[in-house]
Amino acid sequence: MKYLKVKKDFPILNQKINGKPLIYLDSAATTQKPKVVIDEIVNYYSFSNSNVHRGVHALSERATDSFEEVRLGLCHHINAKHQHEIIFTKGTTDSVNLVAHGFRSILKPGDEIVVSELEHHSNLIPWQMLAQTSGAKLKFIPMTTNGELDLSTLGSLLNLNTKIVAFNHISNALGTINPVKKITSAAHSVGACVFVDGAQALPHMRVDVQNLDVDFYAGSAHKMYGPTGVGLLYGKSAWLEKIPPYQGGGEMIAEVSMEKSSYAGLPHKFEAGTPNIEGVIGWGTALNWLNDIGIENIKTHEDNLLNYALELLKEIPDVVFYGTAKERAAVISFGLKGTHPYDAGVLLDQMGIAVRTGHHCAQPIMTCLQIPGTIRISLAAYTIQDDIDKFIEALKKTILLLN
Amino acid sequence: METILAREEDIIEEFSFFDDWMDKYTYLISLGKDLAKMIPESKTPENQIKGCQSQVWLNAKINENSIFFEADSDAIITRGMIALLLRVVQGQKPEEIAVYEFKFLQEIGLTAHLSPSRANGLLSMVKQIRLYGVAFQAKRK
Repeated sequence: MKYLKVKKDFPILNQKINGKPLIYLDSAATTQKPKVVIDEIVNYYSFSNSNVHRGVHALSERATDSFEEVRLGLCHHINAKHQHEIIFTKGTTDSVNLVAHGFRSILKPGDEIVVSELEHHSNLIPWQMLAQTSGAKLKFIPMTTNGELDLSTLGSLLNLNTKIVAFNHISNALGTINPVKKITSAAHSVGACVFVDGAQALPHMRVDVQNLDVDFYAGSAHKMYGPTGVGLLYGKSAWLEKIPPYQGGGEMIAEVSMEKSSYAGLPHKFEAGTPNIEGVIGWGTALNWLNDIGIENIKTHEDNLLNYALELLKEIPDVVFYGTAKERAAVISFGLKGTHPYDAGVLLDQMGIAVRTGHHCAQPIMTCLQIPGTIRISLAAYTIQDDIDKFIEALKKTILLLN
Repeated sequence: METILAREEDIIEEFSFFDDWMDKYTYLISLGKDLAKMIPESKTPENQIKGCQSQVWLNAKINENSIFFEADSDAIITRGMIALLLRVVQGQKPEEIAVYEFKFLQEIGLTAHLSPSRANGLLSMVKQIRLYGVAFQAKRK
């Protein structure tokens, strides 16, 4: 029942849509923000706004301290070895692009990049672009019909030419939790670098990058109760040293002459220009909020709700599930027999229920399942059982209307 | 031939009888079910309007200065919307269609279906309908 209290932390959830109380089941697209985060952003602009790392005056110091405190907080949160291994980016997509761009100077024709078929377009297109510019070959870890990665193919996919293996920790479209450690150790056995898109994992489970032994790990603040427009790239120091800067500008330099500059050390080498200071500081507050509840508690709560929703959905004959992996988190993707997902989305919206419909920016998955898209509900710490009940009731009405 | 305005008024009157959204959408869904399906041969890539959420196909012919459209979608509510849109413009003159703005949608509370965030292909379909008007007008001159 304490989750009723959690829900009260989110002012946006206390409103009506089309005359009905809002039931927000689209947290995998973006989570809502607790009031403390919203207040912190107002507070920052009211009392501390100043550019970071640039001034000797009191405000700049205050902003810089708050900013760097968040880097330290994130470093502890994902158990990175060093603070400078946390790079602030615009978000997960930006993090993927930073690394993919960096590898342009490393890859040669004949090299191979392995990407999973379960990816969000953000962890696919940058690698396609890298393959195009470097002449490297793109290969895919296939998915099975239940939405898991077919790891039996790893042996034949990986070889000494494999330079990068990229995949997500949790699939945004199906909720599958991928066995990161297993894939990572297979990739490392041929000397490949491992990049993991953790956007969907960070809000739902404990992530320990040293234990996983991944080389890169990316995430977004807005998917974990923080503001939009800011994210992180974790990279092992050795890899971050190896790849060149993504963008040039202020703050990322050590010395500058008109012809040539030497770059600053980590993490500043990858943080050209004034960063999203308010976003980072808001993220810090979101992280504290999340840790006050405890990520393990959130996971238990979401797992219980997920199973509750699954049981209720199984009783509806028209429901067809997509993605039935053994290990999954916070997402249910499904269709209604004989209907298009879009129609269900429109009708559910009329009843105040926010779900996502479509291909979820993961078209290869839909191609593999031979469907135009799915209806997706996704959960968060503020989701309560009553939300699921109201959704099921609305879904039954939707089916009635469409038939 | 009824004018665009008269047809709009008919639709607005029909919708005024609905008390709640359920009646309105039940009607929209039934329109969607009744809309004639486009034959597969007409569903060419040139006639396709790709939406992120649902797909739309649109084709048009001119006959004695009247434009006749056929259209289809993979989603039933989108088909219902198509039925409404076509009902107003079917058989009208190119010069009228070229500048027509489908303002009746506002009156019946369905403008949201043309919002870009819906990504259902309808917004592009409306633009395409007007373009047909412009193109057939130009051809005649």
